[in-house]
Amino acid sequence: MDTADKRLPPDPPPRGRKRPAGSEAEAARAQELLDTRYMADLGPVEPGWGRRQFLFLSSVATGFAGLNFFVWPFIDSLNPAADVQALASTEVDLAPIEEGQSITVVWRGKPIFIRHRTQAEIAAAKAGDGADLPDPASDAERAPKPQWLVVVGVCNHLGCVPRGQRPTDPRGEYQGWFCPCHGSHFDTSGRIRKGPAPNNLEIPDYAFLDDHRIRIG
Amino acid sequence: MAAHRWQNGLVRWIDARFPMFTAAHHQLYEYPMPVNLNYWWNFGSIAGVILLVMTFSGIFLAMQYQPNVNDAFDSVERIMRDVNYGWLMRYVHQTGSSLFFACVYIHIFRGFYYGSYKSPREITWLTGCLIFFVMMATAFMGYVLVWGQMSFWAATVITNLFTAVPGIGESITTWLWGGYAVDNPTLNRFFALHYLLPFVIFAIVGAHLIALHTTRSNNPLGVDMKGPQDAIPFHPYYTVKDLVGLSAFAFVFAVLVFFYPDVLSEPDNFIPADPLVTPEHIVPEWYFLPYYAILRAVPDIGPIPAKLAGVIAMFGATLVWFLVPWLDTSKVRSARFRPVYRVFFWVLVVNCLVLGWCGKQLPEGIFLTISRVATAYYFFHFIVLLPLLGFIERPRPLPYSISKPVLEPVTPARPGFATALSGGVTP
Repeated sequence: MDTADKRLPPDPPPRGRKRPAGSEAEAARAQELLDTRYMADLGPVEPGWGRRQFLFLSSVATGFAGLNFFVWPFIDSLNPAADVQALASTEVDLAPIEEGQSITVVWRGKPIFIRHRTQAEIAAAKAGDGADLPDPASDAERAPKPQWLVVVGVCNHLGCVPRGQRPTDPRGEYQGWFCPCHGSHFDTSGRIRKGPAPNNLEIPDYAFLDDHRIRIG
Repeated sequence: MAAHRWQNGLVRWIDARFPMFTAAHHQLYEYPMPVNLNYWWNFGSIAGVILLVMTFSGIFLAMQYQPNVNDAFDSVERIMRDVNYGWLMRYVHQTGSSLFFACVYIHIFRGFYYGSYKSPREITWLTGCLIFFVMMATAFMGYVLVWGQMSFWAATVITNLFTAVPGIGESITTWLWGGYAVDNPTLNRFFALHYLLPFVIFAIVGAHLIALHTTRSNNPLGVDMKGPQDAIPFHPYYTVKDLVGLSAFAFVFAVLVFFYPDVLSEPDNFIPADPLVTPEHIVPEWYFLPYYAILRAVPDIGPIPAKLAGVIAMFGATLVWFLVPWLDTSKVRSARFRPVYRVFFWVLVVNCLVLGWCGKQLPEGIFLTISRVATAYYFFHFIVLLPLLGFIERPRPLPYSISKPVLEPVTPARPGFATALSGGVTP
């Protein structure tokens, strides 16, 4: 297509502003002066990768690199600060927890469910290994010491805290936990069995310090 | 001048609905700048950049700061020690405030030297003075937020200034405090206002720029642009020149932030605020020292007690700037052509430095005397000298135009354009 066809019609003169007398000719002359007298010292623009393009692009690139160095500290300042990270581990004494009892501790601001499982619950969890699991995992992996199950008590659907810690709570169809927000059922190994949650309840990093004490984180 | 035609279809589509490209083109390419600006003209744009840096760093600091008397000092120390790059954000903000004032002072005194406040740029000058006033309030309240000893006693002293108002002074101060001393309500409102006022400054900066772009920039010769031979487009000439100055400035900024972050501040502010113990020697940050000297210098004046007179003089020292366009009776703008004013300009600069130095000392003996003399001279300069010089000084002959010395004179065949560009009174 001819480029002339793409041109727009000339703009109407601006309204509301008085233009200087003989404006057309003077404006053209002014533009000519601007273009010739003061732009002329830049010389003709070299096509392709001339010196000027190289200098321009390398300056812009350096400027952007500098800007990133300036912006990154501000972005990083929103990450957890040293005092927040210092609270990233929690020690728990398991001795007072009776069989069949559950406790909730706080780690990094989130609830951690610790359940002292009964033999029946362990058996139910092991039986679940063979079922058609949405997020397959064996109970042995999830609970190295079978009587102790430690999971992050946050439903990985949309972040609610499932119920089932207290004996009077609803525990869902699999006797583990039941999330009241959108109806996810977890079994006695904290695995998702039914409902919208895509994954099992997360197992936090923890280690047994001795038989009755663990450190989470 | 026909509007620029945009090649890119998307740009054209946006511009037809929201003419940001045309506006940018108009303000950057078509907007004529005097050809002869020197580096003293950099400080306006540098001040604008610092305002952005201060806002940016301030917003991120506010995300970590606790505006409560029990937590404020500790939260600042937490920013320094625990928050990732918190030390950098705080030092940028702290050093930035000092350099903001440095730039603005240079910007203002450049205006004094080259007569930038004179017709037709009075509104540009007035909006600038207003920015400075709001800036001082913002800086003061920001300093209080740190809640160290200097913060607390600065807040106490400055708010107590209002007790000098006859009759209702005490009530005003109680109202400012939200209590019977500087306390938690004071800190809370100062935090809210410290966050708000920068946006007020942005608005006044907008007015400052609208006024500037209406009357166009002054220049070192102080004569108007008479035609296209006196003008060059803002971009690329002054964008590049501003960037050169900004780079040099950024270098100074970085050296201060990374190597001497506390050199401009008072060590007493590392002591947490204690409402029961005043530090031995209270001094403000360097940028308020001349005002502090004036406040303490003024004795009883007739029926006006020293306390009230000091407060009036201190506020008057800035308020008098608002009147400068009318106090200066000389028709010549630039001090280059004013042999007498030029000398007195530098005397004023030295006088202000002396006041700053006195502000740092105890108001006793020789320092009090020097403060009094310098304060008197300060007002003498504005109220007596400026009006008087216009009548007694014989200015040097002005060039007809900026380019007259180097290029051919504007031919009388094109007087219309000259009138259009000059846009105001030709001295």
